[in-house]
Amino acid sequence: MAAVSPLLQARGLVRRFGGVVALDGLDLAVAPNEILGLIGPNGSGKTTFFNVVTGIYDADEGHVTFDGRDITKAAPHAVYQAGISRTFQRSRLSLPLSIFDNIMVGNHKHLNQGLWFNLFTRGAFKREFEASYHAARALVEVFEPALAERMFEPAAGLPMIDRRRIEICRALISGPKLLLLDEPSAGMTHEETTELMDDILLVRERNKNLTIIIVEHEMGVIERITDRCVVLNFGRKIADGPYRAVASDAQVQEAYLGVE
Amino acid sequence: MAVEGNNARATFLPGLIALAAATVYMVALLAVEQQALIISLLFAGIAAVVAAAWLGLFGSVSRSFADHEDALGLFAVLALLVVAAYFHEDHFVLLLVITVLLYGVATLGLNIQFGYAGVLNFAGASFFGIGAYTSAVLNTYTVLPHLLVLLAGGLLAALIGSLLLLPVLRTRGHYAAVVTIAFALLFKTFLEVNDIVGGPQGMRVPSMKILGWSFNDGIEIGGVSFSFYMNYFVVSLLLLIGAFVLVRRLERSWIGLNLDALRLDETAAGCFGLDIVRWKITAFLIGNFIIGLAGAMFGMVGGFVAPNNYSFADSLILVSILLLGGIGNPWGLMAATFIVVVVPEKLQTIQEYRFLLYALMVIAVLLFRPEGLLPRPVRRYFPGWRP
Repeated sequence: MAAVSPLLQARGLVRRFGGVVALDGLDLAVAPNEILGLIGPNGSGKTTFFNVVTGIYDADEGHVTFDGRDITKAAPHAVYQAGISRTFQRSRLSLPLSIFDNIMVGNHKHLNQGLWFNLFTRGAFKREFEASYHAARALVEVFEPALAERMFEPAAGLPMIDRRRIEICRALISGPKLLLLDEPSAGMTHEETTELMDDILLVRERNKNLTIIIVEHEMGVIERITDRCVVLNFGRKIADGPYRAVASDAQVQEAYLGVE
Repeated sequence: MAVEGNNARATFLPGLIALAAATVYMVALLAVEQQALIISLLFAGIAAVVAAAWLGLFGSVSRSFADHEDALGLFAVLALLVVAAYFHEDHFVLLLVITVLLYGVATLGLNIQFGYAGVLNFAGASFFGIGAYTSAVLNTYTVLPHLLVLLAGGLLAALIGSLLLLPVLRTRGHYAAVVTIAFALLFKTFLEVNDIVGGPQGMRVPSMKILGWSFNDGIEIGGVSFSFYMNYFVVSLLLLIGAFVLVRRLERSWIGLNLDALRLDETAAGCFGLDIVRWKITAFLIGNFIIGLAGAMFGMVGGFVAPNNYSFADSLILVSILLLGGIGNPWGLMAATFIVVVVPEKLQTIQEYRFLLYALMVIAVLLFRPEGLLPRPVRRYFPGWRP
């Protein structure tokens, strides 16, 4: 681990569901600008880790600090305000809403939420709306220029790949410091996944301060884009290092990659 | 206006024609008295709507509304004025029209809670009743100016509604609905046992006066005499316009987006910064305020309030308007309010079977148009806006 202080640090995280221990004293740190792969067999606690960090679940024990602040007990909206955004394993777009609306949900902290502003100063609102439209459109164009022409169509009509793209735009529009990607390849072909990852890297290229944690089963993706990997098994960290090193680790092979 | 290409703005003619047709139909339905004529008119209306839908005319009408809503809104107001002018001496019809206007206002309030935030409220009639009783009590026992009484009705409905906030916020879906049903039942019982508000017999509401202008006097302008209900019509229309504009702006703002986001997926909305509790409270209070305002006005219009007028069954009627019109679409709600209020009044012979009629209508709509008569279109922040 580099000498710089980590952006996100979890210490001794425990989360139980009844008798099941989903996270069992997990220690994990991510350095600024790093791309960390989080891998492990099904049920090893990867998504639970995301849910605890983002405040959907409370931790039973342990602490999470982000950017120097303790966010262990923070509610989801406070975690977002601090600069963490995420995508979900199963697509969670609001399907009846337009592409633009879905992306704007992710831009909450940059939009003026005052009642008076929204209802009675429509001129000022229109300026904010137009600026937001251009920002959202520019972001969508990175992923798929054709989608940028359809900003006011409902998300319900889009194929899976486009829904993923919109979901990632929703997570990126607010300019987060940390992006949590939960299985972005789910439901997509190999080529689509590769394309999506390239687009994410392109956005990161433009915004140097983006740290990413990615949960993924597609090992090609993990190998290609991550700086470092953490392997979980039964809620515990069993390996930590570059992909090549963890992939050849005997414990990891036994737990995750299977014995040949 | 008629530019070529995909992004061309629609013309407003289809919308105008639709409004004109609706106005003529409204006047005709309100004017005829013979049951046979009314029934044939109703069937003709249904047939016309089905035919228009089959010919795909609704598409061009809704595009026209999407691009020219402000102008068409003015025409809709004009249409209501025409209806009122046509029936300027007819107490009964004017009272019916005012009822439509005020139920429309209440439905708009309910729509914020139900349609946008997804907070179920099966006590709409109770909050309407709180408004009505507020005007009864304040007009009887105080000299508070009556415009302030209207405001007080809205505020009191919001205030009493806030008692429900804790249980409503801590429960979800059906359970929250049960909380509001319990409130509706309690509210009616409370009115019945309370002698200060007249008990089961109810109480009279002194008529409205604004700056010495007494609303229960007839008007004469240039030799034409108008029913005294014309006074109430004007104020009710202003309330409806205000509520309509407010709800429209609310939907077309970040707040409307917040409410949709939390209705559709609370967890995801929370992960993107939405303070779920804050926005649910906002929606519930604004909605109740609007319902209470309409109720306060309705109390003064009717001149009489009684517990039986604000029962759980009346709350269900408000909810059925929402389902019928198209949850979240104010234009659809106005059409549905007209149908639900006027049709039973005109069909005196089936009066006893009102609930059967509602049940059939709601079931038919849920079967054939699950999103209501006029489903809510995708949000357009500014009518006619192009990138």
